[in-house]
Amino acid sequence: MAPFICIKDISKKYGNLSAVDNVSFNLDKGELFSLLGPSGCGKTTLLRILAGFETTTNGSFEIDGVNMTNVDPADRPVNIMFQNYALFPHMTVFENICYGLRRTSLSKSEINSRVEELLELVRLSGMSKRKPKTLSGGQKQRVALARALARRPKLLLLDEPLAALDKKLRSETQFELCKIQEQLGTTFIVVTHDQEEAMTLSTRIGVMNDGKLIQLGTPKEIYEQPQTTFVADFVGEISFFEAVVKERKNTHWLLQAAVPIHVSSDFNLVVGQKVKLALRPEKIMLTSKPTGKINEFQVDIVDWAFFGAGTQYRVIGPEDVKLKLYQSHNQPSQSHVPTLKTGFVNFSPEAIIILQR
Amino acid sequence: MNYFLQRFGRLFVIWLPLVWLILFFMLPLIEMINVSFSEAKRAVPPYNPAFQFGPDGISFQPVADNYLLIYKYWEDYLWPAINSIRLAFFSTLYCLLLAYPMAWWIARSNKPLQHILLILVLMPFWTSSLLRMYALIGLLNPNGFINDILIWAGFIVTPIQMMQTDFSIYSGMVLSYLPLMILPLYASLVRLDSSIIEAAADLGARKLDIFKTIILPLSVPGIIAGCLLVFIPAVGEFVIPALLGGPEQLMLGKVIWTEFFRNRDWPVAAAIAIILIAIIILPIVYARYQDKEGIS
Repeated sequence: MAPFICIKDISKKYGNLSAVDNVSFNLDKGELFSLLGPSGCGKTTLLRILAGFETTTNGSFEIDGVNMTNVDPADRPVNIMFQNYALFPHMTVFENICYGLRRTSLSKSEINSRVEELLELVRLSGMSKRKPKTLSGGQKQRVALARALARRPKLLLLDEPLAALDKKLRSETQFELCKIQEQLGTTFIVVTHDQEEAMTLSTRIGVMNDGKLIQLGTPKEIYEQPQTTFVADFVGEISFFEAVVKERKNTHWLLQAAVPIHVSSDFNLVVGQKVKLALRPEKIMLTSKPTGKINEFQVDIVDWAFFGAGTQYRVIGPEDVKLKLYQSHNQPSQSHVPTLKTGFVNFSPEAIIILQR
Repeated sequence: MNYFLQRFGRLFVIWLPLVWLILFFMLPLIEMINVSFSEAKRAVPPYNPAFQFGPDGISFQPVADNYLLIYKYWEDYLWPAINSIRLAFFSTLYCLLLAYPMAWWIARSNKPLQHILLILVLMPFWTSSLLRMYALIGLLNPNGFINDILIWAGFIVTPIQMMQTDFSIYSGMVLSYLPLMILPLYASLVRLDSSIIEAAADLGARKLDIFKTIILPLSVPGIIAGCLLVFIPAVGEFVIPALLGGPEQLMLGKVIWTEFFRNRDWPVAAAIAIILIAIIILPIVYARYQDKEGIS
């Protein structure tokens, strides 16, 4: 069976500059997919191509087996929610939401009942006569969502849907967005530069940089098995260091960095190979005394920051290996130790990520 | 001391324009109302002021004769008034129709080009209006540039009569007033976020539909401002119809000029001017009212 949404070799060039460079991926029906990347990575351009506002230099875009590449934006079963919401300022909430519906063959009563339904969905019942400028940021966002959903698109595009909201509202809205998406079963593509947002929202994430889709996977895969330095660095906190493969022991590979390091035997390594290792802060344990565990060495504590639920440390190991580590305060023994000048770190061989590039 | 300077500075900034307006705008207007209620006489100045500080104290003897005269011979003033309003109305309309696409195009250009285009729009203001009208006469005359070219190219044998027609008057009016229409339209169109237009297209609206339901309603403040800026001076316009129009096109401005200079009847001239101001204020009040309706 053909995939529900099929994006194939899409490129967009402005002169010599590639804004989008040969991006291909497929989506199943009902997925909540995030395009994650720094600003200027081409994710918004890709979104605008899918909405029909930009032409492609190359490639095709199919929904449900129908080619959409050259279809007018008005005729695509695709709607977009803009970053600034782009509500029509001269129209009421009701008029905003039914703008798209009035341009369908639906009757007046059908339109009215559908708008009521949508207002209920986004919890704005009773606000239908308000003008956009009398609404709060969160309410505007919900009107924009209702307006974009009104025509029951097969694909909904969301450009930084939560960027304009403050932090507290953002996390609430995140879950609400997920709930609505699950309830309707519409396929969503969310563009965001916020890795946390992408993690919590999506079923799958595509990480973009310089117009290319670098890695595609579930949030867990992206976080725990990043394939490139860029992905590892962009998604979450991480420390890098280099090592050379020394020998194969029965259960582990032994690598030589500043100190000997054991890594999981699952990796395909060759003796003598130079590799780049990466380590998530929460996978490292910090103790005041040596514990005798595997992968342990002494470090100087350079800096720490108290986060409430945990403390983040920056430490320097032998040969200037810099590590970031995060100690959760879930046990009294682990509560933060600001008096410490030096300590010992250890991490399990499975915690180590080996990067291909 | 610093505090005093600051206070003084603030007062100065507020009061200077206010004093200016009172001295050079309000007082002349009051004086004109005064003249309009005065009695004409052969003297210098040629009227007996209704209100005056004389050697024998304050005298106040307003006469309504001038207004009554206008009322009595209203038919003599009706046609010039209709002509003036018609001229102003169609000048405003033509300016609007021409300026809207231009303003749209400027507003949708990239920033550096916008600045160049706006300077080009304003450039005619750097030359005297009178000079521009004579240049237009040079173009439109029977032996002017346009007729010469057409005859030379063999399209016509005898020159086309373009001077002393509605065409020549409106050419002059549009030439003079177009920038006053373009600028406020540009100002309202440039603020229109392109994502709003894209949102409408995304929701199934075609180009004409988007124009009618999104762009036009959102540019109404600019349209109102531009129309007022063109209509108000156009009603009292005197030079352009006199230079470019035929003798039958009697405008209110010309009537005032005749009463003032030919008949030396300042009070009647002032009374006509006051009536003209009243005519002009009506559409503004209406527009303000409309504007408030639109906001609430």
